[in-house]
Amino acid sequence: MKILVGYKRVVDYNVRIQVKPDGSGVVTDGVKLSANPFDDIALEEALRLREKGVAEEVIVVGIGPADLTAHLRNGLAMGANRAIHVSTADAVQPLTAARVFLKLIEKEQPGLVILGKQAIDDDANQTGQMLAALWDRPQATFASKVEIANGKATVTREVDAGLEVIEAELPAVITTDLRLNEPRFIKLPDIMKAKSKPIDVIEFGSLGVEANDHLKTTHYAAPAKRSKGVMVKDAAELIAALKQKGLL
Amino acid sequence: MSKILVIAEHLGGKLNSSTARAVSAAVAVKGEAIDVLVLAENAGAIAAEAAKIEGVSRVLTIARPENAHPLAAVLAPQIAKAAAGYSHVFVPSTTFGKDLAPRVAALLGVAQVSDVMSVEAAHTFKRPIYAGNAIITVEADPAHTVVATIRTASWSAAASGSNSVPVEAITVDAALPTHTRFVELQQGKSDRPDLQSARKVVSGGRGVGSKENFDIIYKFADRIGAAVGASRAAVDAGYCPNEMQVGQTGKIIAPELYMAIGISGAIQHLTGIKDAGTIVAINKDGEAPIFEVADFGLVGDLFKLIPELELSL
Repeated sequence: MKILVGYKRVVDYNVRIQVKPDGSGVVTDGVKLSANPFDDIALEEALRLREKGVAEEVIVVGIGPADLTAHLRNGLAMGANRAIHVSTADAVQPLTAARVFLKLIEKEQPGLVILGKQAIDDDANQTGQMLAALWDRPQATFASKVEIANGKATVTREVDAGLEVIEAELPAVITTDLRLNEPRFIKLPDIMKAKSKPIDVIEFGSLGVEANDHLKTTHYAAPAKRSKGVMVKDAAELIAALKQKGLL
Repeated sequence: MSKILVIAEHLGGKLNSSTARAVSAAVAVKGEAIDVLVLAENAGAIAAEAAKIEGVSRVLTIARPENAHPLAAVLAPQIAKAAAGYSHVFVPSTTFGKDLAPRVAALLGVAQVSDVMSVEAAHTFKRPIYAGNAIITVEADPAHTVVATIRTASWSAAASGSNSVPVEAITVDAALPTHTRFVELQQGKSDRPDLQSARKVVSGGRGVGSKENFDIIYKFADRIGAAVGASRAAVDAGYCPNEMQVGQTGKIIAPELYMAIGISGAIQHLTGIKDAGTIVAINKDGEAPIFEVADFGLVGDLFKLIPELELSL
């Protein structure tokens, strides 16, 4: 079985993002970029399934500009067998990304597609579900435990009410939540090995995917700031203040 | 004119308050009609609750055994069919809606607006990105159906009780897949208020130190009638279950009072509490970032301070 893994490059989660003063976007020049944390978890899960003998091949997929290659090399260093780089200079919205994945699925015929539940830049939380719909296959989103046996995935999902367990026949789409696993660290020898692993570059335009731009972002703003409060000296003063506001 | 279809969220035969919050967002579109769609095995009691929500024009039900559990793969094709004739489909941005809405959008071939914070015009919305560190204004193409999830913390629940609208059972011609099956829901049992709709929330973080120590948080929360939440660090460390996590990837909440105890305040956590009325921080590190957003801060050892708080009540 092959596993396709979405591997998006985003602004590092430790960066406190700044909105440009003219509201035209956020400052990304010179900002540290990293793999989307949920995608690292997706890749780790795929690698573990390969190590258990459930899968034979793990393919990382990135959609983005020419310099995305270095990022995909990190995925190869972590352990993916090969990478596919869908090359485009334009930002891609989730429905378009899902359509790209569908094209790659037609070619690669994976048994499983694992994506992060959301990317920490646009926080959309859409691509996996959209892909599953277009592919007409099961989706198991927000996964915290995955077991594959007898042609199906048994997935524990983190939902608001607790933990939901569902069964999904393969092929299927899984999206990862934080507690699915702890991704491994990349070791230096693996970085050297990754240099000889293949990266297929596919021009976005050659896929015949209609870019969807139903949504236009017209303005970026900084969030409303909370005003700084007061420090109280002890428990009694705190309770008195909360009672005075009618909160207790 | 806009016609909005709101998808009802429910569990155990009861309507979730997230539905009435999504109705509030629908009201803000200022359309001609707001219909609530209930998909369930037995829709009666849920539909009756929905029919009381102010602003709703009609409640539609699709009652069939396949709808016993909220499987997106099963519900989405029915919603996509039922959406014909509507300009907007709104779903609460809870794990239910986040799972479901994109599947509906893809079936309709349209983009989705996630986590709507405000409705500026019928096709113009504000939503957060980068864990709420930027707010964008997005315009949807009026030629297509708008599928959106509604950020529940940004909307108060539409009032309930004075309204009583018709409930109509509908049928849709949609093939339902059997490739996805519900197995079970493991639910924590709790008599405490629901974290997402509670007026008061007490949360504990890594500073609490252990699962056993978390009792001090539960006890204090019970004293003041609060729901209990936790930081990601506390959940990862196994102090409490996942459904208690507050933050970018957990629950986004807006209680009147939020008390963060032993929580340093990573930006991912602050995202989940920005809309709280009053934030109280108790932490032994006076430099912790949580104090930058707190209305009231108290520096000290939580194990000494909580008993003192209880004495002062």
